[in-house]
Amino acid sequence: MTAAPNPASATGPAKNLRPRARLAVTAGRVVAWASRNVRFGTGSVIGGRVSLLIDPNLLSELTASRDVVIVSATNGKTTTTKLLSSALGTSRPVVSNWLGANMTPGIVAALAAANATDTAVLEVDERWVDSVLRATNANTVVLLNLSRDQLDRTQEVRKLAEQWRIALQTTPPRTVVANADDPLVTWAALAAPNVVWVGTGQEWTADAAGCPACSGRIDFTDTGWACSGCDLRRPSVDVVLTNGVIAMNGRTMSGELALPGRVNRVNAAFALAAASAMGTDLDQAFDGLDDVREIAGRYRVAQLGDTRIRLLLAKNPAGWHEALELLEGPSTPLIIAINARIADGHDPSWLWDVAYERIGQRFVVAIGERRHDLAVRFRYGNINHIVADDLESAIELVRQSPAYDPTMPIDVASNYTAFQDHLEHVGGVL
Amino acid sequence: MTSPLTSRPIDSAVRIVSLYPDLLGTYGDGGNALVLSRRLEWRGIPVEHITVDAGEPVPDSADLYLVGGGEDGPQVQATRELEQSQGLHRAVGNGAVVLAICAGMQILGHRFPDAKGTSRPGLGLLDCETIRVDRPRAVGELLTASAQLTTPEGIIELGQLTGFENHAGRTIPGSRSQTLASVDVGEGNGDGTEGVVTGKIVGTYLHGPALARNPLLADALLGWIVGASAMTPLDDVDVASLRTERIHAARHHELAPRRSWRDILRRS
Repeated sequence: MTAAPNPASATGPAKNLRPRARLAVTAGRVVAWASRNVRFGTGSVIGGRVSLLIDPNLLSELTASRDVVIVSATNGKTTTTKLLSSALGTSRPVVSNWLGANMTPGIVAALAAANATDTAVLEVDERWVDSVLRATNANTVVLLNLSRDQLDRTQEVRKLAEQWRIALQTTPPRTVVANADDPLVTWAALAAPNVVWVGTGQEWTADAAGCPACSGRIDFTDTGWACSGCDLRRPSVDVVLTNGVIAMNGRTMSGELALPGRVNRVNAAFALAAASAMGTDLDQAFDGLDDVREIAGRYRVAQLGDTRIRLLLAKNPAGWHEALELLEGPSTPLIIAINARIADGHDPSWLWDVAYERIGQRFVVAIGERRHDLAVRFRYGNINHIVADDLESAIELVRQSPAYDPTMPIDVASNYTAFQDHLEHVGGVL
Repeated sequence: MTSPLTSRPIDSAVRIVSLYPDLLGTYGDGGNALVLSRRLEWRGIPVEHITVDAGEPVPDSADLYLVGGGEDGPQVQATRELEQSQGLHRAVGNGAVVLAICAGMQILGHRFPDAKGTSRPGLGLLDCETIRVDRPRAVGELLTASAQLTTPEGIIELGQLTGFENHAGRTIPGSRSQTLASVDVGEGNGDGTEGVVTGKIVGTYLHGPALARNPLLADALLGWIVGASAMTPLDDVDVASLRTERIHAARHHELAPRRSWRDILRRS
């Protein structure tokens, strides 16, 4: 066990804070340090909670003398936060909570450890945008998308869009970078005085058929969308992604990214738009994007004994829609893992909204606590499948399959807590 | 392969319509259409699946209509469009089978509450009424005792019904309707019963999707169209495992199986 450094000696903004805030930061660090040392995880959330108990206004205090940008969405917020941090990091010091602790306690913990003037790039849970925006007066807000997720737990997406809209009216940021192809996000962002509209094409539109403004019907075409009942329609865009090329400010950027898939091009377009709005040179920002090779273990290829596996994360139908782009090509067997713990949502009915048929003839091993739900979904999809009890036995079944190719890593695609389990299994976040 | 109960011509495909999945498709209920289609295909019975999005005309000549669950706003929009079209009303008049889930069941009834809690007129096809009650939203596993459909031709056994419920309203069955079962675990209609059946219209709060978890219910609906004798046994091994696991989980209130303290500290 490696002990963390003594928390009392850590550097940070503590010396500029009021005594109460300073006490809150120190107490949070001590608790986080203790939690880490009993191996409860990173300790950041529980440390942040303790800090906030002592000083509820700590987030305002910790962001008083820094630039703050908020990134929120159903999907892509962690990746976009990481990409934006990397793009901004080419020109200034940056602090971020990109490990995924995206509510106020996690954010407080991340900021308490950083210099007081570092730019804060904050991934924020969809439900926490309002309170984080009010506390931080963030001058840039990046809003990517809203779609169904954690059906039993998260509010209906239209209510979230309304919360965002009210938040942007109450605490208007200098710039909002928003997705013009998502009607829910568009409606929310229209409440802000200055919006950079990003058009990346949205393939998943199943959650936006009803207009958030008038509950009329939204008609989608190849080039845009418009409500049939009111004047809500796709705004004209400032940043465009077409065929992998990002166009903005009269420039085009088409270099390779280290992260795979169309979805990461989309995330990169938002990160570049935000970095540019915050004054970073575009070429410099684009170079910064290429430094991002994995996102908290996503896309990692790891060695397990004499087998290599590739870890993929997909949490909800919109996420699977993008992940299947990476899974539909090859013919080798793969493993899919689904849990339904509190962080996943207890209701995995959304498995039926995912076009798993795109996997084609690949042999699939279903694991995770809800492997039987997966098996029934695969059965009705006419997908060649089998159920296994855990990752080890799934790998063994894959290796016995005639289609197994030992030169290729085995794809293991999982939803949230299943992914965390597998990541821990291969050594955790690097 | 046709039965004496129906006038369907031999060789014509069973026509299944998914109504407004763009408005009422939030909770995976689209899976019900896939389950029905496959269970016909696997038995060699031709099937045609038609998706009708909002704004499109509702055909009145199909055999089976599926109405799913959705959010409050789109629920009102769907009611408006179905009322205007009258296609579903005509189909029901012609003897079509309907499966309506959650919000779908609510709007097919006489009245239902909208997003603000105001009672609105429903389509009046299903003999029930849904009211807003002052209690927390019912969210969790729903498990019933053995369910039955009583028809003029006899009783159809459906077994225990299992699914996931997620709704706020209380549904009061009318005198011309029957319920599917009594509730073992969960809320259901709110009075200890689950589901409303009027003629060949079946309403239920079960997501999961309902027919993926309850194959006897799927076959009962199909049996109304092609005859019960055509419902030959299928390989339901995967479904049986899922049912065993979910029924156990519901009985033991295992909403979050194996959730450790470490999980709680790290992610709550």
